[in-house]
Amino acid sequence: MKNWPLWEIFIRSKQGLHHKHVGSLHAADAQMAIENARDVYTRRNEGISIWVVESDKITASKPEDNPELFEPAADKVYRHPTFYTMPDDVKHI
Amino acid sequence: MNNLLNYTIHLADNAHILGHRLGEWCGHGPILEQDIALTNISLDLIGQARSLYQYAAEIEGKGRTEDDIAYLRDAWDFRNVLLVEQLNGDFGKTIVRQFLFDAYNFLFYKTLRNSKDQQLAAIAEKSLKEVTYHLRFSSEWVIRLGDGTEVSHEKVQTALNDLWMYTGELFEMNDFEKEMAAEGIGVDLEQLKPLWQEKVDDILKTATLSKPENNWMQSGGKTGRHSEYLGFILAEMQFLQKTYPGQVW
Repeated sequence: MKNWPLWEIFIRSKQGLHHKHVGSLHAADAQMAIENARDVYTRRNEGISIWVVESDKITASKPEDNPELFEPAADKVYRHPTFYTMPDDVKHI
Repeated sequence: MNNLLNYTIHLADNAHILGHRLGEWCGHGPILEQDIALTNISLDLIGQARSLYQYAAEIEGKGRTEDDIAYLRDAWDFRNVLLVEQLNGDFGKTIVRQFLFDAYNFLFYKTLRNSKDQQLAAIAEKSLKEVTYHLRFSSEWVIRLGDGTEVSHEKVQTALNDLWMYTGELFEMNDFEKEMAAEGIGVDLEQLKPLWQEKVDDILKTATLSKPENNWMQSGGKTGRHSEYLGFILAEMQFLQKTYPGQVW
């Protein structure tokens, strides 16, 4: 069990549209990870779909890069589709 | 005594005692996720026991509750199979015991869904989903441990050798079971046996485990002749209700 990799767990709820990250756990392989996730993260009816990803397959951005990655987008209002008038007849776009 | 009542209590006792045994793992599992897995299974079984005891109380019609039936009977009035009262042992032994029972329980509930008794059929329908997962869980762990390291293989092979003599009773039909089957209410266990053997053979083969050759089987649980373990189980389980009768949370 010392060799079991860490897995990140994502659950989609019955009403949900996307999987949310709920936590992590150790398991020997993907199948065990799914079952462990089922036992640990869905016992209170949290969801109907499980994704498991080995933690070391996830690449995250570094917080120290935040200024160059994200701050420039803060004051570019022309990138938002807020000035387009929606015709009344068009639903669910 | 009423055959339907005995039958229902027998089913409830199986779930109740096995649920209790698994509950003993709470906080002692080898790793967090398996601790939760075993206690989840325990809760499922206790839930099944509750439904069955509630129905039993109704059938009996003497105003007793599920709690009275579960907590105030002595060992000789319990009708669970001997397999479920065996010790937990190590994780491997618990898994083997679970697998041998789950394979039976799955086939059992699958058939009981068609019972002429509506209530039993409904309980079977609901329980089948839970037991399908139990069987999946225990089968996989038998494979992981059997086809694992030398140590894990040896432990589960030993457990299998020890528990094998309790599997015969699962398919032994006593009088109330024969009566219930004849009435279309209960399950014909003889039909289940070959299917169970097939499933067990299949999993044991993948797990690189040898099926024990011993064919002599223990018996008696269904008619109240239990191992000494049941006494200790009940002493712990029933202590509160027997010492402080009528106690509530």
